[in-house]
Amino acid sequence: MTEKPVAEMTFEEAMAALEAVVGQLERGDVALEASIALYERGAELKKHCADKLAQAEARVEMIRAQEGRAVGTTPAEGL
Amino acid sequence: MDIFEDTAPAPGNQPEYTVSELSGAVKRVIEGEFGLVRVRGEVGRVSRPSSGHLYFDLKDDRAVIAAVSWKGQVARMQVRPEEGMEVVATGRMTTFPGQSKYQLIVEDVAPAGAGALMAMLEKRRAALQAEGLFDPARKKPIPYLPGVIGVVTSPSGAVIRDILHRLRDRFPRHVLIWPVAVQGEKCAPEVAAAIRGFNAIEPGGPIPRPDVLIVARGGGSMEDLWGFNEEIVVRAAAASPIPLISAVGHETDTTLIDFAADLRAPTPTAAAELAVPVRLELLATNDALGARLSQALARGFQLRGQRMRDLARALPRPESLTGTARQRLDAAEGRLAGALGLMAARKRSGFEAVAGRLRPETLAGYLDRRREAVTARLARLESAVQRRTDHAHARFDKWASRLAPALARLIGDQARIAREGRQRLATLEARLDAAPRARLQVLSQRLAALDRTRQTLGHAETLKRGFAVVRADGAVVTSAAGAARAVALDIEFADGRVAAVPVKGAAPPAGRSRKSDGGGGPDQGSLF
Repeated sequence: MTEKPVAEMTFEEAMAALEAVVGQLERGDVALEASIALYERGAELKKHCADKLAQAEARVEMIRAQEGRAVGTTPAEGL
Repeated sequence: MDIFEDTAPAPGNQPEYTVSELSGAVKRVIEGEFGLVRVRGEVGRVSRPSSGHLYFDLKDDRAVIAAVSWKGQVARMQVRPEEGMEVVATGRMTTFPGQSKYQLIVEDVAPAGAGALMAMLEKRRAALQAEGLFDPARKKPIPYLPGVIGVVTSPSGAVIRDILHRLRDRFPRHVLIWPVAVQGEKCAPEVAAAIRGFNAIEPGGPIPRPDVLIVARGGGSMEDLWGFNEEIVVRAAAASPIPLISAVGHETDTTLIDFAADLRAPTPTAAAELAVPVRLELLATNDALGARLSQALARGFQLRGQRMRDLARALPRPESLTGTARQRLDAAEGRLAGALGLMAARKRSGFEAVAGRLRPETLAGYLDRRREAVTARLARLESAVQRRTDHAHARFDKWASRLAPALARLIGDQARIAREGRQRLATLEARLDAAPRARLQVLSQRLAALDRTRQTLGHAETLKRGFAVVRADGAVVTSAAGAARAVALDIEFADGRVAAVPVKGAAPPAGRSRKSDGGGGPDQGSLF
């Protein structure tokens, strides 16, 4: 089990960690106290993933460039 | 010259051209005749000076034509002529009167046949591959769920719509479009600049830095897609720290950017699929995992509960475990009271055996014996002290009786020594007084005698007897010759001095000349 704080995980890391936690719990060879801690961690990971999935926002912007550098954006209309 | 024959029918009456006139005439003819030509040949030596114009040769096995493309024309070319390339050049003929040259101004160059273009592309690909730009080790993984996606493509057209549409379907994301030309002369520099520009966005700035880039273009002819084969684009893609997905043309079109990209998508739509996962699927997966998590925990409890109950049934009754121990306890408890009484009785009998022998008479007898021993020792001690005191007294008396006579003798000796010393001192004092007085008298007499002798011998006495001392310039003159040389003489008599001047010319009298010692002291010579 990785020690990285859940809040700092990418979606993919959190998903992989959640799968690992579920697998461990399902094997049933975890001590009772540890299984409760595992469940809590799994719940936290699931929430983290759900939050990431909820952040689904379709924003499309056009880059304004000057001399090869992006200096600003304009919302893209009609795309 | 042939072409001018018509205008000059009479050989003897031919008009005269200036060089410029003739060159101008040739130029007009050539430009008029070959206003637009297409010529097929192999590209020879190519040079491109800093002016930006391109100079090259077109040749076949027998002839060479010089070719020029001006800077603006070069920029518009889809394909740049490279040495060894088989091309069809389109342009117009002209002359360069300054060097008596004719040349082709090339407006466009097309590879002669698709095979030639492919050969050139393959050559370029091999060179870039040799540089390691396409190494699999350079490929970066595409993030599973990018937050921001940067798209380099044309803002108009189906491609961007396809990408955005597919992204919305799968997982709506924040998309930044960097608009570029996707064909023509501006394509390659703009695409390369866009890739670099996205990478130049700092994380945490006002514009979010993309987590992944998509470089996309719809299908087209090989020439349409040519910009994505340009080295500048390939290098920018290979150097991009942000993972890059290329999606140029259709599945069958391959451009060099595909080799340098971290991932190649067959179409722009496929690029969108490669860039993001399907949100709904993930939601379902996540929910499923959550459910499995709860179930697993619940089953863990259930299993443990069941096992606990099973074990509890197998557990023996508590009374049967403690029966034996309780019996032992009872037995021991019964023996405890009797054992204590027995032990106290045993100890008491031991004590009484000792206490019977312990009486006051025993202690008194012991004390009496100790007292007698002390008294005996005390008596011996007193007599010993007395003996030592008597002995010491006797020795002291003996030495004391010898002390007084010795002292008297010592005093007498010292008085005699002092007396004798005083006598010797008086004698020495008398002698000390007498000695200098006698010596002084002798010396006075000798001094008086010597003074008399001095007066007799001194020149003062001699002067009194009628002699004189002659001096010149402070020195005594002792010869007539000396006196004659002197300017002025000083003659000293017994009663004073007289100044004199020697008479010149007077012959000095013959006589012995002696060197004088000078000074006024007695001079032995003056006595003669």
